[in-house]
Amino acid sequence: MSAPGSRPARVRPYAITGGRTRTRVALALETLVHTDGAAELRTLSGERRTICELCLRPISVAEVSARAALPLGVVRVLLDDMAGAGLVVLHGATADRPDRALLERVLDGLQRL
Amino acid sequence: MDSSGSESASASAKIVVAGGFGVGKTTFVGAVSEIDPLVTEAVMTDASAPHDDLSLAGDKATTTVAMDFGRISLTSDLVLYLFGTPGQERFWFMWDDLVRGAIGAVLLADTRRLDACFAPMDFFEDRGLPYLVALNAFDGARRFDDADIRDAMELPDATPLLTCDARRRGSAKAMLVSLVEHALALTP
Ligand SMILES: Nc1nc2c(ncn2[C@@H]2O[C@H](COP(=O)(O)OP(=O)(O)OP(=O)(O)O)[C@@H](O)[C@H]2O)c(=O)[nH]1
Ligand SMILES: [Mg+2]
Repeated sequence: MSAPGSRPARVRPYAITGGRTRTRVALALETLVHTDGAAELRTLSGERRTICELCLRPISVAEVSARAALPLGVVRVLLDDMAGAGLVVLHGATADRPDRALLERVLDGLQRL
Repeated sequence: MDSSGSESASASAKIVVAGGFGVGKTTFVGAVSEIDPLVTEAVMTDASAPHDDLSLAGDKATTTVAMDFGRISLTSDLVLYLFGTPGQERFWFMWDDLVRGAIGAVLLADTRRLDACFAPMDFFEDRGLPYLVALNAFDGARRFDDADIRDAMELPDATPLLTCDARRRGSAKAMLVSLVEHALALTP
């Protein structure tokens, strides 16, 4: 099913998310989002399609917001939806402080730069 | 969280670059980022409203807060993000989001305006977020003894105090290394 051609170019945030404002999962700014196939792209339109295209390589929630020019809150709701529908996969959301293993990997990586 | 199991696992980490208005946050992020700093926007309705609460956005006055950030790919499966804090204090509502899950913060300071550090210091100390103070060496700014600066800032002895030039990649990188070392020292 495709969107009607009369779709306005700019819709209000709460219209994009269907009025939803809360997500089930707390998506961190740096949570990585990824989609493993272009298969679904054809069936998507609008913001969801834009987001899926951005996620063909792993990309952070903040980066999706920046590159799609959509507010963070809108992107979070959409990504939560899309993850629930299996369109994207979320990686590496951390609720609290990073553990030693991650810190050591980061330190090692920085020292090699 | 990793709900796939099939994809090659990717990990990300985040460091906050904080400091007062015009202290060099964007310059710092740009100096080490592999991409030109990007901007993400969050919408808020009033100081107390959660910024995701978009249903309220229709008829209430809204404020948009822009945060700039950069990216460093450390390995093929590990990405570090650097987030600059919004300079003005009326944007405090974003800070919870910024520090959640962060490794720590580089607090940029200008010796001519050390008081701009007090609110962020209180915030980081309250949240238990590891941070260091990086004095951004602006041309023409007087040099002080570290001890005097520590005194003026009431900086805890255990909190690193360093000097940087936010325009230089090597200098910014050294701040990040020191911060992660500091965070490691504080992590059991
Ligand atoms: N001399 C000198 N100038 C600097 C340094 N870092 C930043 N600047 C200059 O200071 C000005 C402000 O830097 P920004 O990076 O925009 O500061 P900011 O903290 O992002 O500013 P806001 O986001 O507006 O709060 C710019 O003109 C920079 O070129 C430094 O280490 N030395
Ligand atoms: Mg800036």
